[in-house]
Formats: sequence, C-alpha cells, structure tokens
Amino acid sequence: MANSNEEILAGLAEIVNEETGLATDAVQADKSFTDDLDIDSLSMMTIVTLAEEKFEVRIPDEEVKNLTTVGDAVAFIAQAQA
Amino acid sequence: MGLLDGKTLLVTGVLMESSIAFSVARLAQEQGATVVLSSFGRQLKLTQAIARRLPEPAPVVELDVTSEEDLAALADRVSEHVDHLDGVVHSIGFAPQSVMGGNFLSGEWKDVSTAVEISAFSLKSLAVAAQPLLTRGSSVVGLTFDAQYAWPVYDWMGVAKAAFEATARYLARDLGPEGIRVNLVSAGPLRTTAAKSIPGFEEMEGGWPDRAPLGWDVSDAEPTARTIVALLSDWFPATTAEIVHVDGGVHAMGL
Ligand SMILES: NC(=O)c1ccc[n+]([C@@H]2O[C@H](COP(=O)([O-])OP(=O)(O)OC[C@H]3O[C@@H](n4cnc5c(N)ncnc54)[C@H](O)[C@@H]3O)[C@@H](O)[C@H]2O)c1
Repeated sequence: MANSNEEILAGLAEIVNEETGLATDAVQADKSFTDDLDIDSLSMMTIVTLAEEKFEVRIPDEEVKNLTTVGDAVAFIAQAQA
Repeated sequence: MGLLDGKTLLVTGVLMESSIAFSVARLAQEQGATVVLSSFGRQLKLTQAIARRLPEPAPVVELDVTSEEDLAALADRVSEHVDHLDGVVHSIGFAPQSVMGGNFLSGEWKDVSTAVEISAFSLKSLAVAAQPLLTRGSSVVGLTFDAQYAWPVYDWMGVAKAAFEATARYLARDLGPEGIRVNLVSAGPLRTTAAKSIPGFEEMEGGWPDRAPLGWDVSDAEPTARTIVALLSDWFPATTAEIVHVDGGVHAMGL
C-alpha cells in the first residue's frame, strides 16, 4: 500500500520520536539524521527496521548510508512502495 | 519431523537479520524448537522488532552479560516463557575499537578486560545462569573465530577468543557430569554488525572465498547456523569440548 510523502514523513517522525524522544515536529525533510538530529548508528538501525515494518518496504544495508536527511528516507520509501 | 522437535532453546545475540543468531533462531524454529531470545539495553527494541520477522514471533528477555542482576534473574525471566531449556546459544562478542583494527600494541587493560569479560567470561556466566533450567542431554553452543592464529586487525578480540575457547573446554569438563555438552563453532568471516564494527574487517575477509576448498559466502550465515542446530540436536550425543570449523575448509590449508 502506497503512502503519500506527508504520511511517510509523519510516520518516520513518530518512529524517531519513539526511539530518541525528539519532538515529532523536529523531524523535517531537510534535517540530517546525524548532524541535526544527533542519531547514532544503533538508533539509525532501529529506525530503519521499524520503518521497514511500518511501510512494508526493504531498505538494504548499503542504502542506509545514502540516507543523509529525513527527506532522503522519505523519497527512498516512497519509491520503494511505488 | 524436525531435528529439534519439542526442544526449547535460549538464543542470545539476535540484533539484526544479519546476526548469526537470527539464522540460528529461524532454522531452530523450522526444525521444531521453541525459541526464547535475549537482548539488552538500547538494543532491546531492535531485537524485539527483528524477532517479529522469525517464522514464529519469539519473546525477548533482558540479559546484559556484564550485569550481575540480569544474570541472577535470567532463569526466572526465561521461566516466564518455557519451563526448562534443552539448549543455549552464546552468540555474543564485543571489544572496544581501541583494541582492534591494528591497535594491538597500544591496547590498554581496561578495554582489553571489557573484551574478555563480554566475549569470553560471559560463556561461563551465561551457562551458570541458565543451569537451573538445563536438563540432562542439553547443549550449549558458542561461536568463535579461530584463535590459533594472529589475524589482521582482530587484535585483542583474538586474544579474547582464545580465552573463550579455553572457557568452553573447562565448562565442558565441569558440566559434563550434569549431562550438559559444551561445543563451539568456528565460523569464517560473515558481514554482521559486529564484524562491520571492526576497523579494516575487509582485510579479515581477504581471500577467504578463494582459499576455502568449498568456497565461502561472507553474506550467508546459514551454513554456520545449520551446524549450530546440529550441535543442539541429539545427533552429537558424545561430543563435548569440541570446536567444529564452519569455514569452507580454510583452517586446514597451508596456502
Ligand atoms: N561475523 C563474523 O565474521 C564472525 C565469525 C566468527 C565468530 N563470530 C562470533 O559470532 C558471535 C555473534 O556475532 P555476529 O557476527 O552475529 O554479530 P552481531 O553484531 O549480530 O551479534 C553480536 C551480539 O553480541 C551482543 N552483545 C554485545 N555485548 C553484549 C552484552 N554485554 N550482553 C549481551 N549481549 C551482548 C549484541 O547484542 C549482539 O546481538 C560473536 O561471538 C562473534 O565473535 C562472528
């Protein structure tokens, strides 16, 4: 089932909030996971795993390092669902 | 008919689907076992998510092998899910980056001792903590990386593995009279989270597939997991203190 980019962003924000405690409105498309949101590799692995589950997609390991910003992740998930 | 029909197992060390322990848990369930997993601290949530990807969702109990409290509570925590154990899989390893990746000569004892505690001593801690639930004929299996050699970049983790292998022999000696077997699988390099955290891990992989008479796939943990399942089964009834190599044959080759 395909989600809109807004739905994906909102869903990701919830996952990030659950893992890190960051407010959902801090999770914006232009934010970098590491530099802006201060997410370490274990949290990133958890977020990716929960996002795979929620959006029913596969995000391969090699792909994860290309997901610099929240927007990159939204775009990847949207494309994977298409 | 599965190889592990009716058996109940505690499988430690599931972090990601790439974890060797994940392949073990999956195959064990396919072979008829009931599986309880363990994880700890911030990793717990990830293990729980990954556990939902097993053929049968498995419960996850909390166990940090350096926590006296977790160790003391382990048997009770596992008993909430199963009433005894026929097997325990030790799939746990950690060393600080400061003692791997070419830092052998600069390695400091504080960090080395962390590696030895989590990667070697923990086999004893785990087995003793689980002992109240272990029945006659049960099996403890751990994972080593051949500690007879000095490898590139493995450094103090290699020393910890030597201690781990010796720990398995002494455990086999002391648990044998209780009917508990203790064996290790010495696996070739696999691209797991732990492996990727070793700076320069590619050097360890280096040429393995070419040197192995049977070949070797660094992204396939299933051969290793199959051997662990066999050691957990009733088909190695008189084998203990053994190290079975699952490395494509590399350990026996000169060049
Ligand atoms: N990957 C390889 O190339 C390879 C080869 C031979 C042997 N091994 C061994 O296999 C075992 C499993 O590692 P893996 O490669 O599947 O990597 P992995 O990263 O998937 O698993 C390592 C596990 O150790 C656990 N752990 C670390 N510290 C712990 C602690 N204090 N308490 C409880 N658990 C703790 C982690 O939670 C993680 O699940 C390790 O003993 C490793 O040394 C790995």
